[in-house]
Amino acid sequence: AAMELQPSHGLANQAAALVTGYLCYRRGSPGRGLALRSLRRARRQDIADVGHKYYLELVLEDVLDKDSTVNCTAEVLYHLGSKNTAPDVQFTLEGELKNTDEADNIFYNRIRSLEKELVAENIPDSHGNVPPEMEPIHRLAWVASGYVIWQNSTENTKFHLAQIKHVKQVKRSDEYLEFEYMILLHEMVSQEIIPWQVTVLWHPQHGVQVTQDSRQPKHTPE
Amino acid sequence: DQVFHIVPETLQQVQHLQHLCSTLLLDLWKPQLPEDIRAGEDLHIRVPAPLVQEVKDNLDHHMISYKVLIPDVQELVDQSMSKERSSHRQVPEGYVYTQYHPMEEIYQWMAQIQQSNSELVTQHYLGKTIENRTMYYLQISQPTNKTKKIIWMDCGIHAREWISPAFCQWFVKEILQNYKSDPKISRFLQNLDLYVLPVLNVDGYIYSWEKERLWRKNRSPHMNGTCYGTDLNRNFNSSWGSTGVSYNCSSETFCGSGPESEPETRAVAQFIERKKSDILCYLTIHSYGQYILTPYGFTTEPPSNNEELMLVAEKAAAALRGKYGTSYKVGSTSLILYSTSGSSQDWAHMIGIPFSYTFELRDNGTHGFVLPADQIQPTCEETM
Repeated sequence: AAMELQPSHGLANQAAALVTGYLCYRRGSPGRGLALRSLRRARRQDIADVGHKYYLELVLEDVLDKDSTVNCTAEVLYHLGSKNTAPDVQFTLEGELKNTDEADNIFYNRIRSLEKELVAENIPDSHGNVPPEMEPIHRLAWVASGYVIWQNSTENTKFHLAQIKHVKQVKRSDEYLEFEYMILLHEMVSQEIIPWQVTVLWHPQHGVQVTQDSRQPKHTPE
Repeated sequence: DQVFHIVPETLQQVQHLQHLCSTLLLDLWKPQLPEDIRAGEDLHIRVPAPLVQEVKDNLDHHMISYKVLIPDVQELVDQSMSKERSSHRQVPEGYVYTQYHPMEEIYQWMAQIQQSNSELVTQHYLGKTIENRTMYYLQISQPTNKTKKIIWMDCGIHAREWISPAFCQWFVKEILQNYKSDPKISRFLQNLDLYVLPVLNVDGYIYSWEKERLWRKNRSPHMNGTCYGTDLNRNFNSSWGSTGVSYNCSSETFCGSGPESEPETRAVAQFIERKKSDILCYLTIHSYGQYILTPYGFTTEPPSNNEELMLVAEKAAAALRGKYGTSYKVGSTSLILYSTSGSSQDWAHMIGIPFSYTFELRDNGTHGFVLPADQIQPTCEETM
């Protein structure tokens, strides 16, 4: 039987953050960013020999239009014991997300027409600013970090993308765009900042693929 | 000057608008040329103030509907100009509370605040940091005969949480600007003294400006200078070292070599210990997450006055939500956040301060620690 949790409960919010990350990976793009607005309801079930399952009702907001929200129901299964398996996530969105073809194509064409491969650092900067032309790059990083967060979350972690330390475009001969990111993930329970290198392929019609990711060591303090 | 938004419906309307723009020499913002005006597409025209009424009459006469997109162009220009000016570093005279400030400027601000509000504010020495910098707090106190109860608020215990010191500065400004005119605030000050510590972890804050934006701890050296920093909010003497900490210096939640091992912790603890019988409420401001947290972090056992603590916290969250709809979660640290020990909030409650809260300000993770400066105002306004 599933036990009802208060929407303020730590475990419920950890699961909600995982779902948000997963959603960014599955539905995000340079033209679309999704963020958690609120957790409406949460239930937790202990499934013997399998793991812990969460049933969540959340509200997400469109980062580009804060007044635009979408309701989501999701199920998360954290597998018992194994630290090497990603949790299973299933979700249903109520209604349609805004179409982003135009924004995605504009970004795609802009990058394709650059003379030199794109390189950037510290997005956002220390004061939280993101130059407008970097916003799609930032949103693509959310997609990529959504993947990493999904693959590495446990019932006792809560990850968010803290900052893009560095991003560089990798030249390609086909029509895909490729970016190599060095992102900083913030894990709330341990409070650690974890650098992660992620390589992402993207095409407006073919979506996102994370082709490579590896956790980096924390740099030695001076 | 006003900017009108029109969506022409017919070719006739398009032609009329093209004619209007060229005869009155109106400033087309969108599209750029009259020949590009199309039916069904957005048209933005800036109309000089003396022509506004004439243009409105003309449009009405021709049954062309319009909306005023910008009612006062000059106002918008002025607003954006003042943002430009403030990108130069400014000092208290015209101090910009909607920007983040480095420690040097915060020190200057404190001195200035005391100087210009000397009947109400005094700056006091609290102690020194590990790198030998001074910690100051501000006392806001209306001189009367009676001894008043104290509300203590500290900000910036964790270096990367920049919105926190920004809030303390905002808070002080609001009180000082409005204590004469706002009856709630003046009543408040008649009965209570406010003690505000704008930056507790001075060394860490400076380090997050100069070297590593996402630094959290203080800067105390360990292991022969090969590892730095204790998490000051795990260093207090409240079930120190029992849970939710690391004993390893390289961890972000390293609790130090013992309770109150850090000079910053000792400076705060000694002061509060001395004044504890008069302190009604201990507040400590953090980010992010949007929480109002009650004791305890090291156990799920509720504190003795839990009902009252929760009632007040719920009221605060409701008031906060009333401003911009931002929702804060309310509850005990151990239940709604994670286990911790050695936190300042728990310690304050354990020594007898009845109301002890940790605020985790905006946001929910979208920007996290790197909250853009344009959110300083709404965050502070709602928290106020």
